[in-house]
This record gives sequence, C-alpha cells and structure tokens, in this order.
Amino acid sequence: MFHRERSVPLRGSAAALCNNLSVLQLPVRNLTHFGVVHGPSAQLLSAAPEGVPLAQRQLHAKEGAGVSPPLITQVHWCVLPFRVLLVLTSHRGIQMYESDGSVMVYWHALDSGDAPLVQAVFARGIAASGHFICVGTWSGRVLVFDIPAKGPDIALSEELAGHQTPVTDIAAEPAQGRDCVADVVTADDSGLLCVWRSGPEFKLLTRIPGFGVPCSSVQLWQGAIAAGYGDGQVRLYEASTGTLHVQINAHARAVCALDLAPEVGKLLSAAEDTFVHIWKLSRSPESGYIEVEHCHGECVPDTQVCGARFCDPSGSSFAVTGYDLAEILRFSSM
Amino acid sequence: MSLRTLPLLFLNLGGEMLYILDHRLRAQNIPGDKARKVLNDIISTMFNQKFIEELFKPQELYSKKALRTVYDRLAHASIMRLNQASMDKLYDLMTMAFKYQVLLCPRPKDVLLVTFNHLDAIKGFIQDSPAILHQVDETVRRLTETYGSLSAGEFQLIRQMLLVFFQDLHIRVSIFLKDRVQNSNGRFVLPVSGPVPWGTEVPGLIRMFNHKGEEVRTAEFKHGGSYVAAPKEGSFELYGDRVLKLGTNMYSVNRPVETHMSGASKNVASRTQDCIAPNPLAKEELNLLARLMGRMEIKKHSGTESGFRLNLFTTDEEEEQAALSRPEELSYEVINIQATQDQQRNEELARIMGEFEITDQPSQSASKGDDLLAMMDEL
Repeated sequence: MFHRERSVPLRGSAAALCNNLSVLQLPVRNLTHFGVVHGPSAQLLSAAPEGVPLAQRQLHAKEGAGVSPPLITQVHWCVLPFRVLLVLTSHRGIQMYESDGSVMVYWHALDSGDAPLVQAVFARGIAASGHFICVGTWSGRVLVFDIPAKGPDIALSEELAGHQTPVTDIAAEPAQGRDCVADVVTADDSGLLCVWRSGPEFKLLTRIPGFGVPCSSVQLWQGAIAAGYGDGQVRLYEASTGTLHVQINAHARAVCALDLAPEVGKLLSAAEDTFVHIWKLSRSPESGYIEVEHCHGECVPDTQVCGARFCDPSGSSFAVTGYDLAEILRFSSM
Repeated sequence: MSLRTLPLLFLNLGGEMLYILDHRLRAQNIPGDKARKVLNDIISTMFNQKFIEELFKPQELYSKKALRTVYDRLAHASIMRLNQASMDKLYDLMTMAFKYQVLLCPRPKDVLLVTFNHLDAIKGFIQDSPAILHQVDETVRRLTETYGSLSAGEFQLIRQMLLVFFQDLHIRVSIFLKDRVQNSNGRFVLPVSGPVPWGTEVPGLIRMFNHKGEEVRTAEFKHGGSYVAAPKEGSFELYGDRVLKLGTNMYSVNRPVETHMSGASKNVASRTQDCIAPNPLAKEELNLLARLMGRMEIKKHSGTESGFRLNLFTTDEEEEQAALSRPEELSYEVINIQATQDQQRNEELARIMGEFEITDQPSQSASKGDDLLAMMDEL
C-alpha cells in the first residue's frame, strides 16, 4: 500500500528527541520544507516533489555559558494567519525566524533563575494558535507570544501555569468559530494534559491526569485529543470533558511523534519500536464519541524513529526520521 | 537537559572496560595474581569515595574525547600499560557496547538495571577484597539514592542525553556482527519480537469507552511485530534478579574481539567537527576534567612489581597496523596523555592535575586552563 520513495539526505543525523521532524507543505510552489534537529544544530531543507533536495540551511542555538554548545530541542514551522515563522527551541531559549530560516526575528532567553541545581533549563513544545505562538519550558510554564502580521515586534503575551514538569508537546486547531471551544492542548513529562481556550487571556478548561509515563506527543482534531505516551499507548480524549474514549495499545516502545492530516482525519503515530501506524479518526453518528480504525502499519527496520509527518493534506504520503540516520525516509501510497 | 547523566555513563563504560581487560588478560595468559592486581587497582581507583563524590555532582556530560582521557588514566592505574592503538580499540569497544545497551533498553529506567548488572559483575572481580567491595556497595547505594526516585520522564531525558553522546558512532565490532546484533553497516539490530517492556501492553488492541468510562467495544489490529508480555520486572535492590541481560559480561574466554575501521563512519562531516575542529570551550571542559581526575587517587607502586603491556590485538604487528590505519575522523588525538613507562611521572601528573602546579614546564599563560592545556600538549 505504501512504498518507499527516494530519501532526502541530511548533513547531520537526527538526534534522539521526540517530535524531531517538522514539515511545511507548500503545494503552490511544489515544494516541501523539512526541519530536523541534529544536536547543537538543526537542518532546514527544501525538496521538490520527487524528493530531490534543492536548498539547505543549518541553524544553531545561540551561544551561552557552558561546557559544550547548547543543544536544540525542537524545530517547528508555525503557520499563522498572515505569515509563517520557524521556531527553534534550545537549552538557552527560543529563537524565531522567517520561514526560510534566513533572518532571526526574535530571541527569548530562558530565565534559569529558579532552576534547581540538577535540572538544566530548556524550551520544548511549539504550536501556533491563531496569531499566537505557544512554547513550553522545562518548568512546565507555557509561554504565549503575540505575533504581529509582519515585522519583529513580537511580545510575550502570557505565561500559562498548568504543568509542574517539563512540557513535551503542544497542539492547536482553529477554534471553528464557537465559544468555549478547546483549541490548544499542552502535554508534559508526567503525562498530564492541559486543555485551553486561546485568546488575549488563555483559559484552562480541563486537565487530564497522566498515569506515570510521559506524554511525548499530542494532536487536536475536531475537539478530540490524540496523545502518544512513553509506554507505547495512543489515547483519544474528548477535549471539552477530558473523557477517555479510546485506548490503543499501539506500540511496543515509547511513542515519539504524532501527526494529523486534518482534512481527512488521519492520524500518524511513530515510536521507538521502529513502527509507524496510520489511523482513521471519526465521530460515531449515534453517540458522537471519537472512534478510530487502523489503516496501515509500516516497519522502518532497525530504526529508532524520532520524527514523523504527513507530507500532503490527504495523508497519502509521510516522512520519517530516525536516531543516527542521516536521511529523511519518505513513503507514499500515491 | 539532564545534569545527572555522567555517573551512569562513567560507571557503565567503566564496567565494559573491566570486562574487556579481564578477557584480554586471560587471552594473553597474564599470571593470575598480576591480572587480579590490575583489576583490583583499577576498580579501587574507579570507586574511590572522593572520585565518586565528584562524579555525582550535577554537571554536563563531557565530550567523547574528554571522557576518553579519564579512562586512559584509569587503565593506567596499575602495573599494566597500553599502547595508543590498544587504548583506542578499548575505548571503541566500551563505547559501542554501552551504546548498544542504551539503545536496546526496553524502558529508559532500565539503564539503571544495566548499571546494576555492571556493578554486580564488578563485585565478582573483587570478592576477596572487602574494602573495595564496600566502596562498590557504597556506590550502589548512592546510585539508588540519586536515581531510585526519578520519574519516567526524567529517565527519558537521561536516555536522550546518552544517545547524544553516542550519536554517529558506528564502529563495527566482530562479536556484535557474529551475534547478529549489529548489521554490516554498523547499525544495531532493533528486534520487533520478544517481551515488551515492563508496564507496556502487547500492541494490537483497541479499547473504546463511553462517557461513563465503561468499555463498550474492543477491536484488534495487526501490529506487525511479534511481541509477548513481559515476564517480570528486574530488581532495583542491592541484590536481586535484574532480569535484563544487557550489561552482563558478553566476553567469554575464547572469543576474539575485533573492531573494523573501514566504512565505520558514514557521516564524516559531523564527526570530524566533533573531534578535530578547535573547540573554544575545550578549556572549560579541561578544567572540569582536571577537577575530576584530581580526585583520582592512583596508588604508588613499589619497585618490586614489574609492569607489563597489554595488547588488545592478537599480535604486536596487528597493533602497529591498527595504529597506522586508524581513520582521521576516529582519532582521539586532541587530549593525548601518552602512556609512559615511568610510574613516578604518572603519579606526579595526577598530583599536578589535582593541584594545578606547574613544575618543569615553562609557560607564560595566565589562566589555569591554559597551563593544563600546555602541559598536556607537551607530554
């Protein structure tokens, strides 16, 4: 059903982080942008449809005090109403660039003031919600930045307190015009999920407790939360109530990435067990509960997958990165 | 991310080093009492209280080349000598072995079980020395204290830091190739069968619930692997069945252990940058190293004990050949403490590093770090 397509070579291998692949689809220009973290550097590259690499750029975390160069934790494109920004989080802070990575438009240094001695500070977890960009931190605080339509006049709008352990991932979806709708979900190392309604002031709507394992990746689709956990489970919750509706024993090792093709309700899960699974989400016409169906499973032999994304809106193709692998693997069913 | 990674890295690499040295000492027919003395001296230095204290202080991980310096020192803590080529090979084997163990740990927390496996085996080497045994037990206690109550999330951070350390290392090890745990391209085999980690369910089941939390339906899907449930959890106590085999001694008496250098590192660019490009932060790292090594108490050896050279290769010619043909990107050159025959010199070096005293090296530099660098260059 899915076949391997030509891989895109990377300058540096992918680091063993979760959510270590960001994809920006630019169908109008017939291009796909990929972003992968190597360690102290991240690589951005653009490729033509057949996977032919066209241009590449390396970004580094801003220097600071320390024994070795600071490590990058995540790189992610944020699609906002009037612009696209590339956000890079590291052990020093948060860097925001124009979407091709050419110009840094904003730098936010993390305050290590009250960090306990044994904990290194870092930022991790990036999502765009309306004209906001949310970024998680080691302390559990989520920083909300207000992004203007253009220019570098970015400001820290709010600091959300909901988590006590390092944030792992953040997901957001358009509010669909209704009030009181959950449109942002944040996850952390304890497995706790916080569900928010975005706005000039974010409101915490509900909390979904963890069960002893990190929630490494989270997605939001039509009011349903998909969460991937360190014990290999993928769970689906109703965002407005926090109720668990589906529990999938999806993987034999920690889930490291989830992605959505929102137009068709497809969910991609990837884990350290070398497997990638594609699921179809839907709502039951009778109960309205979120339901799931397994579509496809793919084994990436001997690869501890660390990032996975759909590459087209219909979810017919996806890309995968693996720890120590210096290429982006591509799969397609088209 | 985690400032608690160094003790786990150091103790496990040290454990692998002892397995390999024990294997080679027997293969080279070194007399039993000398072999035991070497292992005792190294273990005693490794688990020295002041050294362990320094090791457990929250700190960033050192680079591969910096850490190599510590093992170089450790390997020469006794009457045994190793040539550069043998030391290189030893470090290659140690690092690839622990990389394999970290990668294959079912849960991030299991790296602690791997560490206990190493320490259990180390206790086996020094059964007849109660004093050193006590030091090792003390370290086990300290490990439990430091790591026993960490969350799964914190262990995942530690695991990620360890994997950063081992990134892009693809040296092929014959014992791994033979056992089919490593492919010919240097990558480890990740099996998709066997027991799932403790706390993980066997994949394949989908459970659906209503708003009251009652299960209303189940479905199955084909996962693709062939997993079974985990039999039991390994013990994190001072003594116990660890269940996990990772970290136990894989070297039996008669297995030759070679490493293959050719085609080892596909991604030369990133590795070269790590090893050879001048690192402006090297000085600070050296200072940290010096502090750590300053705590290493190397025993003084009386003149009656004769030293010997251990060869990690089968013949001297092989060792020479290995030295000549080692690829550029895999050299650990930058910090190079040569093994010398002079034991007095080595003791002085240890003392110097601990006290930052310059004896006969002329140096105009102002800072301690510069002095240390200069001293190391002039060796």
